[in-house]
Amino acid sequence: MNTALFVTQLVNGLQLGVLLFLVASGLTLVFGILDFVNLAHGVFYMLGAFISASLAALSGSWPLGVMLALPLVALAGAATERLVARPLYGKSHLAQVLATFGLILLADALAMLIWGVEGRTVALPAWLQGRVAAGVVELPVYRLVIIFSGLAVAAALYVWVHHTRFGMLVRAAAANRAMAEALGVDTARLHAVVFILGAVLAGLAGALITPITEASLSMGSDIIIVAFVVIIIGGTGSLKGAFAAAMLVGLVDALGRAWLDDLFKLAFPAEIAETAAPAISAMSIYILMAAILVLRPGGLFPPRARGR
Amino acid sequence: MMAALALLPLIAQLAHQPFWLDLATRLVILAMAAASLNIILGLGGLVSFGHAAFLGIGAYAVGIPVHHSIYGGASWLASDNGLFHFALAVGAGALFALVTGALSLRTKGVHFIMITMAFGQMIYYLLESLETYGGNDGLTLDVRSALPGIDLDNPAQLYWLAFVILAGVLVMTWRLRDARFGLALAGARENARRMAALGHDVTRIRLAAYVLAGAICALAGALMANSTAFITPAMTSWPRSGELMFMVILGGAGRILGPVLGAGLFVLLEEALSSFTTYWHLPFGLLLILAALWQAGVFTTRSGGART
Repeated sequence: MNTALFVTQLVNGLQLGVLLFLVASGLTLVFGILDFVNLAHGVFYMLGAFISASLAALSGSWPLGVMLALPLVALAGAATERLVARPLYGKSHLAQVLATFGLILLADALAMLIWGVEGRTVALPAWLQGRVAAGVVELPVYRLVIIFSGLAVAAALYVWVHHTRFGMLVRAAAANRAMAEALGVDTARLHAVVFILGAVLAGLAGALITPITEASLSMGSDIIIVAFVVIIIGGTGSLKGAFAAAMLVGLVDALGRAWLDDLFKLAFPAEIAETAAPAISAMSIYILMAAILVLRPGGLFPPRARGR
Repeated sequence: MMAALALLPLIAQLAHQPFWLDLATRLVILAMAAASLNIILGLGGLVSFGHAAFLGIGAYAVGIPVHHSIYGGASWLASDNGLFHFALAVGAGALFALVTGALSLRTKGVHFIMITMAFGQMIYYLLESLETYGGNDGLTLDVRSALPGIDLDNPAQLYWLAFVILAGVLVMTWRLRDARFGLALAGARENARRMAALGHDVTRIRLAAYVLAGAICALAGALMANSTAFITPAMTSWPRSGELMFMVILGGAGRILGPVLGAGLFVLLEEALSSFTTYWHLPFGLLLILAALWQAGVFTTRSGGART
């Protein structure tokens, strides 16, 4: 195996993992605490990308654009929570699925009206464009920035959930919502905060990926399913699980794309390997999900029994 | 309603509106797919969000053999025999449903929704990775399935074939609903634990329904491929699954003719809104949100329906 390629793919995998964690962490909290199916979580990812790209173009500064975009995404999250999500807490999953599916169609159509069907690209400031030497390879600075800022957010989330009073209430609500309510926790406020926080984290992920890919209409729908896979693997409601699963999915995807081809050539004739390898690597994370489901139906960190 | 549909080709011909026939064919095929979803969603109460995958499996079960029969290669698969196509579609659909159903049914509620969605998306990425069959660009069918006595190049004959199969599926759903199997399925929907206590193998009953639905939907996909003569992976993307779900709910989940009504309303809505605005997803999304809020009883004082 080629070490340089391995390190590059490792970094790509970690970067994907970090972004997936940012999207999945909010989603898993909303699932775990509110028992609410939010198909439209990817909308915030898309909004983060488009709004930051537009504001970066307006202000001429990408970091400023991102900073200004996040409060706007929070606002969109607050409006969504109040108008669509809150009336549906505790209602049938079917109604939640339909409503949030409608929300996606609505949001995508609005985004198409505002930004058009073309994607939006963003140029990075010069100080983020370089590469750094890391042993045998040179790595783009910006990818490392994504990884470290994602890890920093993960660490901050951990501290918030495990070492603050509000985080304790969040954990209490996730473990047993009815009991938390009975003990006088203001669950309406708690729900709103968790929902908006999730929206902002997804928006941040969208803003961070835009300089590498671009802001596009389909990006939300593309990431949401992978975020679901992360939650299923990690176990609903568990931040730890979301983190572990996000990294696992990111690495499996990136390394699978790079090496399945070679692996298959060892076992099968070349022409079979050439068709099978891309097909299997396209499915690799879903196969991983299926395997985890067989071995541990509740995910890596299954939720403890909780009351409603 | 069914009588009006049966006479539609004649009406379309008399009115010199061949476009009506296209629309009606689309309606009948979508109704068949929705009717299959109705078996698991309506009768079984299982919110499956990956149903469009079966449409794609059925469509490629026509597309791939036709492709090889014209361009050579894979002689064991190459065929333009429609009976072979339809058998392959049903077999592949049932097999995929058996494997993914057995895995998905290990979970319930939100997890079931997410997992069916993920497996559906897996098929999307799989089809997209098959460069031989056009990848993302899809595949044009140079010839349609050859059937004894029926010419599928004739739109009216294709329509009647689809119509007869739809009628068969509806009669079967109706007979099934009142049979032991249907009653057991409905019992599991209302109270799975009680059914298990009564000695029914709930998972097995549900899996049987899932396999049946998958096979029927794949058959609908095979007809769809013949109708459009052009297939792409996009047929299986998860918003398509959402639309199928919308049809079932709109027509009334569990009602035998519901899927026909739902598909009819969907096709008309799509046609009316998209001729009125290119952003037809905007009013459609809004409608979905309102429908879901209404279904959950948000606008009335009565409390929401049963949880899934």
